[in-house]
Amino acid sequence: MSRTKLDLWVGFFVVIGMGALLFLALKVGNLGGSNFTDTYVVMARFDNIGGLKVRAPVKSAGVVVGRVTNIGFDTSGYRAEVTFALDTRYQFPRDTIATILTSGLLGEQYLGLDPGGEAEMLKGGEVVQITQSAVVLEKLIGQFMFDKAAEAPAN
Amino acid sequence: MNGLLNVVRLLGAMVTEAIWRTGFGARFFILLLRHSGQSLTRVHLTIRELYFSGVLSLLIIVVSGLFVGMVLAMQGYETLQRYGSGDALGVLVALSLTRELGPVVAGLLFASRAGLAVTAEIGLMKTTEQLDAMDMMAVNPIARVVAPRFWGGVISMPLLAALFSAMGVFGGWLIGVVLIGVDEGAFWSQMQAAVDFRFDIMNGVVKSVVFGAAVSLIAVFEGYDCTPTAEGLSRAITRTVVTSALAILALDFVLTSLMFRGQS
Amino acid sequence: MASETDNLLVSLKDVRFAYGEREILRGIDLTVPRGKVVAIMGGSGCGKTTLLRLIGGQLRASGGTVDVDGREIASLSTADLYALRRRMGMLFQFGALFTDMSVFDNVAFPLREHTDLPFGLIRDMVLMKLNAVGLRGAAELKPAELSGGMARRVALARAIALDPMLIMYDEPFAGLDPISLGVIGQLIRKLNDALGATTIMVTHDIMESLLIVDYIYFVSEGRVVAQGTPDELRASDDPFVYQFIHAEPDGPVPFHYPAGPLADSLIGGVGA
Repeated sequence: MSRTKLDLWVGFFVVIGMGALLFLALKVGNLGGSNFTDTYVVMARFDNIGGLKVRAPVKSAGVVVGRVTNIGFDTSGYRAEVTFALDTRYQFPRDTIATILTSGLLGEQYLGLDPGGEAEMLKGGEVVQITQSAVVLEKLIGQFMFDKAAEAPAN
Repeated sequence: MNGLLNVVRLLGAMVTEAIWRTGFGARFFILLLRHSGQSLTRVHLTIRELYFSGVLSLLIIVVSGLFVGMVLAMQGYETLQRYGSGDALGVLVALSLTRELGPVVAGLLFASRAGLAVTAEIGLMKTTEQLDAMDMMAVNPIARVVAPRFWGGVISMPLLAALFSAMGVFGGWLIGVVLIGVDEGAFWSQMQAAVDFRFDIMNGVVKSVVFGAAVSLIAVFEGYDCTPTAEGLSRAITRTVVTSALAILALDFVLTSLMFRGQS
Repeated sequence: MASETDNLLVSLKDVRFAYGEREILRGIDLTVPRGKVVAIMGGSGCGKTTLLRLIGGQLRASGGTVDVDGREIASLSTADLYALRRRMGMLFQFGALFTDMSVFDNVAFPLREHTDLPFGLIRDMVLMKLNAVGLRGAAELKPAELSGGMARRVALARAIALDPMLIMYDEPFAGLDPISLGVIGQLIRKLNDALGATTIMVTHDIMESLLIVDYIYFVSEGRVVAQGTPDELRASDDPFVYQFIHAEPDGPVPFHYPAGPLADSLIGGVGA
């Protein structure tokens, strides 16, 4: 058993294949940055989540602190149940407000957290009590038109 | 009437044959797995196949990856530009490559480069009684010839697909940033924000492993099962390429719907 | 009687075999004593190669028993069969050399697969085997660079690499020029005696075989139709043996594949 030229070529192949994977992971993907390893899971109920999707970012003050992991429907209250994982490095007070926001006018939707003032912190498995639903553009426009229409006869 | 009967008979024969081959293929696969120990304990057997299926496919993968990325960037920029989001070019190129084009196109190239060669080699060994000779020397041809080629393919394929995607992203960068002049910072940062390592890249890797296993299995099976004549060999080779391509596309559909359904 | 059966390395009793509907062997009885060179002869496609595969355990007989070295092939597990095959060498019709390996590696193949011998020892053994077939100088060539006769000799060296107790040859003379043919014939005899092995040879080359073998079986239509030592056969007036030795085109072995009268086919069309 001795080393051959073939081994050299195979070694070369494996190295550049692995290199390509590493390139994809670090330069193309976001493995270096906002990937969360240690997380705790929190839930929030909303009347309307608009276009929020699983894996949407959870942001506080513009910083990504977690990701939405699951979206379900609560048949007892007919509300949307959004489960999301937060990085354990970031702790939030129990009276934090969860809001569904849109980045830009037509951008993707994300979950915003506005920290409250309570001393006790949210723990894994708990439910965020205060929530604010997504702004649905159609409803907004509809309301605006309705208001205008209501004003019109007066003029 | 007679003609119709013949058509029905032919169809029946084809279906029976297909089911028969599927069953034989399944038994072959189990046998292959059972006799895979040697491919791991005698690494040089598998390393040799890595050379033939991996190293020899490098050139075609690198060149095609580069061109596919370049074309994607050109076409994508045209479309994105209309909606004023030329900056998202990186996202478009990277997502299409890591999720779909990397594994699928690399798989198709792999089937026609390495898969075909494996079928031809095993088929020729069967035709020239080399497999029988090995069997008579008390060396199991499935352990000695088939399994290393299978595992060589399974290992090569994800590396080749990753290389294809990386080259594609590089090609997209060449066209987008260097040639067209998309802002380099936006190109990379938007890409990194949108491409998730676990979700996009690892799923791409999973796909490529599955495709590698499917193509390799089809290639070794067609070679092993070929009719030991020149004509049978050429038919086996054709079948490898056609069946591999169909298997890749069908599996891609199944995997994509499993992995990405209802998410983003 | 017991000593006589002990003395038999291979014995086939009423062996039958069919590929699907097509019956190849219809009850073959033959025995091969230890240390002898036995030839099995017959026209092309009479199931001679099938016989070798039955003895090697690559095919299973549909009836009758095949015993090798006192063990019934059909009753052996895969592991036992492989253990038995290590003591058999088989030369395939066209050598069946591994085309991706050099001559040296081909001969070394069984040694490397079945032994943990050090590199140097394997090299010496391989060179000795190659020397025995006169091809030590060709060790570094690829099979594609060899002539038909040389390839056959390399395959022979590979078949005897593990010093087998039984060597089987499938058409060792097919497609060889007269000189190579004589060389192979002499090698078969010499190697058998030098190794103390037993040889079964399937061939249709009667002239060469008569010179080197101890006993001959004639097989036709799935049965043994004649047998004897070379001297007995030369003197035989059996029509089959006569046809074979004198290469007559028609006789007990028919020239025509079974068919109806020619006139029927011509007037009524094929299959009518």
